[in-house]
Order: sequence, then C-alpha cells, then structure tokens
Amino acid sequence: MAIIEVHQLAKHYQVFRKNAGWSASIAGLFHREYNTVRAVKEVSFQIERGEMVAFLGPNGAGKTTTLKLLSGLIYPTSGTATVLGYIPWQRYNAYRKRFALVMGQKNQLWWDLPAQESFILHREIYDIEPVPFQRRLDELTDLLEVRQLIKQPVRELSLGERMRMELIASLLHSPEVLLLDEPTIGLDVVSQRKVQGFLRHYQAEQQMTVLLTSHYMKDVEALCRRAIIINEGEIKHDGPLADIVDRFSSVKQIHLQFAGNEIPVDLERYGKVIDQVPPRVKLEVPRQELPAILAALLDRYAIEDVGVQERPLEDAIAQLFSQKSSDQ
Amino acid sequence: MTRMTSTMRVKWCILRTSIEERLVYRADFAFATLVRFLPIVTQVFLWGAVYDATGPDDTKVINGYTFGDMVAYSLLVMVSRAFSSMPGLTTGIARDIRDGAVKKFLIQPIDLLDYLFWHRVAHKLVYYAVAFFPFVFVFWLCRDYFHAWPDSITFAGGLVSLLLAFVVGFLIESLMGLCAFWFLEVSSLVFVYMMLSYFLSGHMLPLDWLPEPYARGIQMLPFKYLAFVPAGILLGKYDHAQLMIELLQGFLWVIVLFALNRIALSRGLRRYSAYGG
Repeated sequence: MAIIEVHQLAKHYQVFRKNAGWSASIAGLFHREYNTVRAVKEVSFQIERGEMVAFLGPNGAGKTTTLKLLSGLIYPTSGTATVLGYIPWQRYNAYRKRFALVMGQKNQLWWDLPAQESFILHREIYDIEPVPFQRRLDELTDLLEVRQLIKQPVRELSLGERMRMELIASLLHSPEVLLLDEPTIGLDVVSQRKVQGFLRHYQAEQQMTVLLTSHYMKDVEALCRRAIIINEGEIKHDGPLADIVDRFSSVKQIHLQFAGNEIPVDLERYGKVIDQVPPRVKLEVPRQELPAILAALLDRYAIEDVGVQERPLEDAIAQLFSQKSSDQ
Repeated sequence: MTRMTSTMRVKWCILRTSIEERLVYRADFAFATLVRFLPIVTQVFLWGAVYDATGPDDTKVINGYTFGDMVAYSLLVMVSRAFSSMPGLTTGIARDIRDGAVKKFLIQPIDLLDYLFWHRVAHKLVYYAVAFFPFVFVFWLCRDYFHAWPDSITFAGGLVSLLLAFVVGFLIESLMGLCAFWFLEVSSLVFVYMMLSYFLSGHMLPLDWLPEPYARGIQMLPFKYLAFVPAGILLGKYDHAQLMIELLQGFLWVIVLFALNRIALSRGLRRYSAYGG
C-alpha cells in the first residue's frame, strides 16, 4: 500500500511584480500587479512504505513546494494528496506526530541552549515515553557521532554538527515518513558523508519512507534507487535512478591511458575530448558507436589501460534540465 | 486525564526551557531590568515640578490627587506595566512570520499562542525574580506616599488585576504580531500602539483626570487594564462592588481578545499557507 499518494496536485500562487525605480515604488502604493506562478502543475506519484526516493529538479522546479504541500505547510490550489492516510493540510496532530520535515539549516533547536534541552522539549511535545526517548537519543547521538556535543550550546556548534542535531530532533519521535529538503546543503565533504551514511543506515533499519530533495548528486546516488524529476512544476521522470543516465544521456565516456608520455593528436575524430593529462585522456562518444570506436582505438594505438563509464549522473540531469528549458 | 497531563507537561517544559534560555545572557538581562527603574525617578521629579511640591506631606490637590498620591500612582503603574508590557512580542511574532520560523508550529503538534504565552510567562517570572528586591527597595524609599495597606479583598483584587494586566497585555500584543500575516511589517503598528497605550492605559495620566465624555469612552477600552485599573485598585480607589465589576469586565475583554487571537491565527495561517516557494 502506498504511504504517499499524490494525485493531480497543483499549487499556484501570486507574486507581486514591481518595476525598478522609486516612481514604480510610489505607484505600487496605489496599484499592484501580480503574476501567477504555477509552482506545481498537477503532479501525480505514489511512494510505497520503506522507499527512499530522490526528488530532483533545478531551483524553482517545484520540489520544495511539493514537500511543503506534503507536510501540510501550504494548501494546494487543486488536486489531492494523502500521507499515511491523512490529508496533510488538515494538520491533524495524529499526522504531525508521524512525520518529520527537515529543511536544510532551518533551525528548530533553541539557539542559546544545549541541544539536549530542545530534545527534552521534543519529548514532551511528541509525548514520547522516557525510556524509548533515551534509547533513541543514545542511538542517534552515537550514529551521528555527536554524543559529546549535546550539552554544548547550539550556537557554538559547527554547521555540520547543527545539521546532525536537527536530524536527531526530527527523528526522536520515530517518524514513519521523513521529508528531507537539502539535508546536506552547505556542509563540508566529511559532514556530508556522515549524514549520508547515517540516513542510509537508519532508513534501512527503521524502514522509514523518505522523500529527499538535494542538489548534491552524491547524496542521491548514495541513498536512493528511485528518482522523481520535476521541472517547471511537471514530473519529467519517475523511475529507477539508473534509468536516468540511460534515458537522458546519449553518450558514454572512455578513459584511456596511452603507452609512453604523449597522447595522439587526432583523437577528436573518435569523440569529444573532455579531459587530457598526458598520457591519460577522457573521451565522450556516442553510446551506439561505443563498440566500434573502442575497437578502432585499441587497434590503432598502444594503450596501457582502458575504462568505460557512464556519464556522471549530474551531467545527465543537467542536460535534461537544460534541454527541457530550451525546448519550452 | 492522560491527555491533560501531557498538555500540562508540554506547558511546563516550555516554561522551564524558556527560563533556562532567559538566564543565558545574565549581564544584559540584569542591566535591562535595573535600567527600567530610571523612568520612575524622572516621573517623581516631573510631578514634583507640576505640583511644585516639597515633600510627601505637600497638600496641594490636582483632580483629587496630591503629590504623594501621584507618586504612589506612578509607582503602582510601574508595577502594572511590569506585568502588562511585552517587549519584543509583537516584533518577534512578525519576524517569525517573515523569516519562516513560524513553520515549526505548523509541522509540530504544538500551538503557537500556547507556546508564546508560556514563553512570555517564563520571561516575566525571571524578570520578577531579578526585579523583586529593587522594587521592594523603591517602595520602601517611597513608603510615606502610601496612606495605608489595602484590605485583604482589595489586595487580592489587586493581585488578580495584575494577572489580568499580563493576560490583556499579552493578548493585545500577540494580536498585533499576528497582523504580520497580512502586513509582514508591523513596526509602525507597534509605534502607534506604544504611543496610544501610554496614554490610554493611564501610564501618562490617571484616566480619571480626563474630562467627560472622553474618560467614559476610554474606560470602555481594554487598555485601562494595562495600568490604570491595577494601580487604582491597589490605591483603594474602588470599593469592593466596583472592584468586582472592573475585574469581570477585564475577564470579558480577555475572552474577546482571546477569540480575536484565535481567529487571526486561524485565518493568518490559512493566508500564510496560500503562499508557496
């Protein structure tokens, strides 16, 4: 049974349009022009219990708006959605106790107090029994390696440490659905990996249903098998993450290492040279012509090492976004 | 019963956590608390100049108040305002609405007004704890300006009126803060309110100094519960029957303001939720 069901969900809102200059500012006191932004255009999808799904799209694609709809922060213009059987924007406490929304760097912790004070407040707000609360807190602080920091004022923590505290605060009530909006934004590589590793482990263990938005494809590749791609308010792809490269990338990359310290000068006839540090070269070639090109290269040159790779996911997605935008 | 206990535990936890938060910046808080006593010194000198008074026993009377009565009134207004003023409440709500911090009250099973109320109770409790002895000292210095200790019913009524001052002050300022759902910026509203409430609450002048029909009109508003009514009760200006009527009217204002807050919050959240991005 689907835990998240979205059917023809749309969200339009009006934004004030102002021309530059102070005369326009004064005119705006008497008459204002508004544009209707169609942030989400009748999207439909379903997510099953225990799935971890990436929700991808460029800035302004409608990702965060969709998460806000699913968390009940905003009302839709039309369409329906249920999460755990609840209509989110009805904001029943029974629903609010069963899901969590983590918006990157949005602080739900008390800034001047140690994080443990916020955790205790969460225990009361979510009515968590003391024993399971302590068990979960110990588990989460150990997994995220912040046990020593929970007695330190939040304002004195690094960004990565604060983000991990935010995650703990969001997970203490054992939500069945976790909506993650850019959970690693602004974090360094070490913190990103810690958060990724934690999410992968915890989701597998708890069988939480997770919808994740992120601009970091490393997050997505590390955590999700399925991806929903949204652009300009419409769903462009819903399926296995691996299919994105197959479906939207018409090229493959050949990594070559030539014998000696030089590289041939006529490699452009086989494909596009995207990187070269003698004696190594990266070539991008049409997917269908790969076997023939590879055979020709091996036949013609002294090659010490060869590898074939898919185009990186972020390149494929970037191409997909730019294609769709320019098609409009 | 279990649900009620759980709700009370949440309120207690908000109160306790807010007190802990308030105690973090000790020096700033202590300084701000003590500085608030300075205006009373200037007021005593001001009224001294108005009455051209030389001491507590000065017998010149203006609108039924001697110089001593005015000093006593000013001191009790200061106590009332310590209950009814809500520094930062309106602008804090507006800021939370503007920068999106209000979202957590939509996501978590917690009520915004409930949270703000107990947060403010915590601030006030810490303030009273710090200001108690300075208040006692100031009243001891000015003890000659008070005629007599009020009887027990009047004193109890005075305490209730101070609690009423707190609740009315909270509800008025939270209501203004909730206006930010429509206006986003409410600093002008706060400025106008501060000017008006200084006058309409009886902070500037006792409201019974005003001529009719203005006095009657102003006394029909809730602002008198912020300063004039508590000070008047503790000065013994109301007999027991009048005291009960004043308190009853105050409770009615609490009900009206509470309902307005609930309506504003409900509609405001609906409006807030209509935006996207």
